[in-house]
Amino acid sequence: MPDWIDSDVLIQQLLLGLSNGMIIALIALGYTMVYGIIELINFAHGDLFMLGSFLALTLVGAAMNCGLIDPALMGETSHWWLLGTLVLVCGIFCGGVNLAIDHLAYKPLRRASKLSQLVAAIGVSFIIVNIGLFWGGLPMEVFGGGGAAAAPKDFPSLVSDANLLGEESFVVLTWNDIVIFAVTIPLMIALTLFVKFTKLGMAMRATAQNVTAARLMGVDVNKVIAATFAIGGFLGGAASVLYANYNSTVSFQMGFRAGMDAFTAAVLGGIGSLPGAMLGGLLIGMVRAMSDQFVGTEWTNVVVFSLLVLILIFRPTGLLGLKQREKV
Amino acid sequence: MTTSSTTPLLEIRGITAGYGSIEVLHGISLEVREGEIVSLIGGNGAGKSTTLHCISCLVGLRAGEVRFAGESLANVAAHEIVGRGLVQVPEGRKIFPRMTVLENLRMGAYSRNDRAGIESDLEEVYALFEILKSRTSQLGGTLSGGEQQMLAIGRALMSRPKLLMMDEPSMGIAPLLVTKIFEAVKALRTRGLTILLVEQNARAALKLADRGYVLETGRIVLEGTCAALLSDQRVQAAYLGE
Ligand SMILES: Nc1ncnc2c1ncn2[C@@H]1O[C@H](COP(=O)(O)OP(=O)(O)OP(=O)(O)O)[C@@H](O)[C@H]1O
Ligand SMILES: [Mg+2]
Repeated sequence: MPDWIDSDVLIQQLLLGLSNGMIIALIALGYTMVYGIIELINFAHGDLFMLGSFLALTLVGAAMNCGLIDPALMGETSHWWLLGTLVLVCGIFCGGVNLAIDHLAYKPLRRASKLSQLVAAIGVSFIIVNIGLFWGGLPMEVFGGGGAAAAPKDFPSLVSDANLLGEESFVVLTWNDIVIFAVTIPLMIALTLFVKFTKLGMAMRATAQNVTAARLMGVDVNKVIAATFAIGGFLGGAASVLYANYNSTVSFQMGFRAGMDAFTAAVLGGIGSLPGAMLGGLLIGMVRAMSDQFVGTEWTNVVVFSLLVLILIFRPTGLLGLKQREKV
Repeated sequence: MTTSSTTPLLEIRGITAGYGSIEVLHGISLEVREGEIVSLIGGNGAGKSTTLHCISCLVGLRAGEVRFAGESLANVAAHEIVGRGLVQVPEGRKIFPRMTVLENLRMGAYSRNDRAGIESDLEEVYALFEILKSRTSQLGGTLSGGEQQMLAIGRALMSRPKLLMMDEPSMGIAPLLVTKIFEAVKALRTRGLTILLVEQNARAALKLADRGYVLETGRIVLEGTCAALLSDQRVQAAYLGE
């Protein structure tokens, strides 16, 4: 079975898994941060990510209409400035929307049961999906996928598609891959430093570890929760641009799959743990890529969730999760 | 002992509070004057922690009023309390388990912005509880119970409070360590700190404090100087096991 030991295929899938995994990790951080602080599975997070990619697509269309970029050159030359702007703008957009979601939907339920909050999150998810459907129905002819609202839309390559390893190489590495690392790694480092060293970051950790004590020490918990939603949303928005650019297509339904992967990643890594979400994202990306290639795409979800179940059996708190409840 | 000031530092007048449909405090009044150590004793479920939570604005009042340094705390949010000089060492210590000792202490100074003052207070806390100095980078959750209690007190002190409230600091701690902690508390008073001490360990608390209140099922049933309470027959029977 030469297929199994073809190192080129293996390397290619590793690369694919790594790139997608980094994106999943970025989304997973949004789940894990919110869960860490208010123990809410923010079901709407994946859909927020979808919304970010729709904004990115719209902005790319606008840039084309304004003559800022040439449609014929998409994938030929690299539009770094556009990519950078999109990451920033979509990040801020999703951060803002997430903030609003918390304020309008979750904050009034802060003292309600966990179940009510969860139902609210599912409701928000539905609303956003339908906003996406509506958005997809707007005339955005620049993009492929036709005018049908529900149809997946082509997202043009913002950076060069040329193989950096040379035309002959079987393994393809493009700027699209590198861009992902160039954005996600600094973001993850920045987040880690922020949480570790800044006053707000300390307050976030303190709130996650003991909300009463945090209050007693002067932490305005609502402000901390708001900041958590804003930051998680920003990361999701940044991820949405990377995802759209890397996978070349967006659809109003993509939030579900991405959200599922990212949530699984967060649980796998240990929900509440930032390094756990990063590790979990990478793992899910890798496993998906390997399974797609060597098991069959139709089995990939089965493989991913079997892995999840298996890991949770042996480590119920996830890979990097806390061992047990702390002694009090 | 300084009892001269006319208005007490902390004044609680007829507070009623509870959870849901249950009323836990049925009109409690007590006061703490500047420089005093006052102890609030009572059995399980009497409402001691609830009283402290009312003062910290973690639990809302149904009636009555809490005044601190002459001002009502009626419309103050819980997180604003510490900035006014009122801090609580909560029951069960509630340290931040995945933060280091130093980070826990720094969280105590969260409401402050005077860097130099924070650094010098840090040294004072280390002087008070030497063990903490040798454990600065150890995670709070891995400390022993007694060490955690010292950390919790140190964390509270880092806010540079006027009034320190402690909820059962001796709970689950070896007697020797309790003595050490209470000695530290005494030392704090000589530096001008005022203390409200909640305890089930009535004997230790009454030996330490100036005055005491006895709380039973949400009502203050006795109050007086500690000497008087220690020799009171009801107190002896119910709380001192004599
Ligand atoms: N969050 C809560 N929800 C409902 N009831 C509560 C809550 N907290 C305390 N209670 C109830 O209020 C009453 C007083 O509790 P509180 O904790 O103030 O007592 P305590 O004097 O501190 O007791 P202990 O010495 O055991 O700590 C108890 O009957 C308790 O069950
Ligand atoms: Mg109590």
